[in-house]
Amino acid sequence: MSSGRIAAAFERARAEGRAAFVAYITAGFPDAERFLDYARALLEHADLLEIGLPYSDPLGDGPTIQRASETALAQGATTARTLAWIEELRAGSDKPLALMTYYNPVYCYPQGGEHGFVRRLAAAGADGVILPDLPPDEAGRLLSAARGAGLDTVFLVAPTSTPQRIAEVVKACRGFVYAVSVTGVTGARESLPDEVADLVARTRAATELPVAVGFGVASADSAAAVAQLADGVVVGSALIRAIQSEADAGHPEGALERVGALARELAAGCRR
Amino acid sequence: MFPLPDARGRFGDYGGRYVPETLIPALDELAHEYARARADRAFQAELQRYLRDYVGRPSRLYRADNLTERLGGARIYLKREDLNHTGAHKINNTIGQALLARRMGKRRVVAETGAGQHGVATATAAALFGLDCVVYMGEEDVRRQEMNVFRMRLLGAEVRTVASGTRTLKDATNEAIRDWVTHVRDTFYILGSVVGPHPYPMLVRDLQSVIGTETMQQLEAAEGRRVPDVLVACVGGGSNAIGLFAPFAYLPAERRPRLIGVEAAGHGLASGRHAASISGRKRGVLHGSMMYLLSDDDGQITPAHSVSAGLDYPGVGPEHSYYADAGIAEYVAVDDATALAAFELLSRTEGIVPALESAHAIGYLMELAPSLGPDQVVVVNLSGRGDKDVAEVMRLRAGDGEGDR
Repeated sequence: MSSGRIAAAFERARAEGRAAFVAYITAGFPDAERFLDYARALLEHADLLEIGLPYSDPLGDGPTIQRASETALAQGATTARTLAWIEELRAGSDKPLALMTYYNPVYCYPQGGEHGFVRRLAAAGADGVILPDLPPDEAGRLLSAARGAGLDTVFLVAPTSTPQRIAEVVKACRGFVYAVSVTGVTGARESLPDEVADLVARTRAATELPVAVGFGVASADSAAAVAQLADGVVVGSALIRAIQSEADAGHPEGALERVGALARELAAGCRR
Repeated sequence: MFPLPDARGRFGDYGGRYVPETLIPALDELAHEYARARADRAFQAELQRYLRDYVGRPSRLYRADNLTERLGGARIYLKREDLNHTGAHKINNTIGQALLARRMGKRRVVAETGAGQHGVATATAAALFGLDCVVYMGEEDVRRQEMNVFRMRLLGAEVRTVASGTRTLKDATNEAIRDWVTHVRDTFYILGSVVGPHPYPMLVRDLQSVIGTETMQQLEAAEGRRVPDVLVACVGGGSNAIGLFAPFAYLPAERRPRLIGVEAAGHGLASGRHAASISGRKRGVLHGSMMYLLSDDDGQITPAHSVSAGLDYPGVGPEHSYYADAGIAEYVAVDDATALAAFELLSRTEGIVPALESAHAIGYLMELAPSLGPDQVVVVNLSGRGDKDVAEVMRLRAGDGEGDR
């Protein structure tokens, strides 16, 4: 059985007449010592926290998250430490936590491959798993493992997805459906294309699950625009960029508060 | 044409499509359009015409008597892919894919390149068919293969230097895929090896299999037999090797020759600084397909090393991974020093300067040929010529390449 935390978070946002705010942070970024502090600062304002297990070859990510992943790995982030961090975050919060990474670290997990990984992830207190390079067609084993462990599985739909394809993808989704706003990689953008509305509408026609839009949402204004269309707004690169600039400045006094304030603004955007 | 892959793009456990959802419709479209093109006589006739009149096919099968005498043992033939237009086997594939791009109405092509041979072959096909072309190349390879960078620019391509990760072929491929995801509606990705998501490993294999098919015919004329005793080819991603092997690989086991793929052992397998993906027998997913690859216990891809930029890749095509498991082909590894010795040996004995990639195959031949009898026939794929490597080899000989990377 799923923890139900993800469904409950979207349900609560809907009841309050707003979109859910989904924040992303790379595990072990900006370094092993400060990661948990920044993650908690985001979690305070987010309805759901996505934790990215850094990967050497993040081909779905733009420069901001690529660099964060390289930094985190260089600073000693590993699969085991990421799972331990999730455990610590869970101990201090009842909000939903989803792990995002690429398929290879899951497939190669030394203690039992994807079955072992998913069991360990659920035991650490995560509620869902998102693997952007694993389409549902290749996810047979992951799906059975996740169902057995009670983890929600979130797959992505894209502007290029056909109606048949959307129908297949949403069938494999639990918790929510992740709609990619643009054809492209992750990264903050000035504006989002008009086709987002069309994609959300096409996805809603195929499922009762909440639909969250990600890739490119960079400001409270763009969060507000997306919140008009979708059930959830995912922000990653803009938050990573804010943390990076604190790191570049040597984490001066008030760094956590400034990152927290950005999260609060984005969350407020979701309420407009 | 060949029994594999299956409808899901699988060679046994390998292959598949592990890519962001955005690309799935493009891969479906490519598979569909390729199936139609394969059955289209006009398309095939046009491809054949370019291969003959532009690439210069069939490439020669040359009986290398001096090398045979020097090594003492098996009779050695060289399949002269180095004589193709642009100097390597890569053009067999890029002409075919560029024709597909044109057929699909895509005006822009992107490619990754390591040694620069695939980049040059893509830029050439793009010039020929009037397509816009962007080639991604790692910073390290831009340095090692300066002349090929200039050639690509001369041909009208834009070369984008990739400074992320290991700054070699792996990262150039990541960046080409990112470009494709971003511009998927108007861009065709001309992938250079038998890697990537389905249908690429099949598409590239089919286009390169002209190498093996010609070898069968040429060997029949030269030796009165279609099947040699041994076939040898170097393996990075594995396109020249698959091109030579595939027409022989699915023969009944009793008629099948020994197929030997030569990976790059870099500083030696024990050093950990090599590109011999099959040697470690570790499976995983890289660039969209399940394959043997180099990774650590956490599944993080580990950097490959080879003196040859074209073999400097931490994975190997899914069909090779399958051949290795099924016992269809054997895979061995040759280190940098042996490849450099072979580079000189072929230059001195036959007056042929091989690409450093192909020099790995010659390097294994130095060990293999003397162990075989004079009635045995070995065909080595000379996948490319070494002009591009002359400057790097001179630099290495001068000794300033010590401790390189």
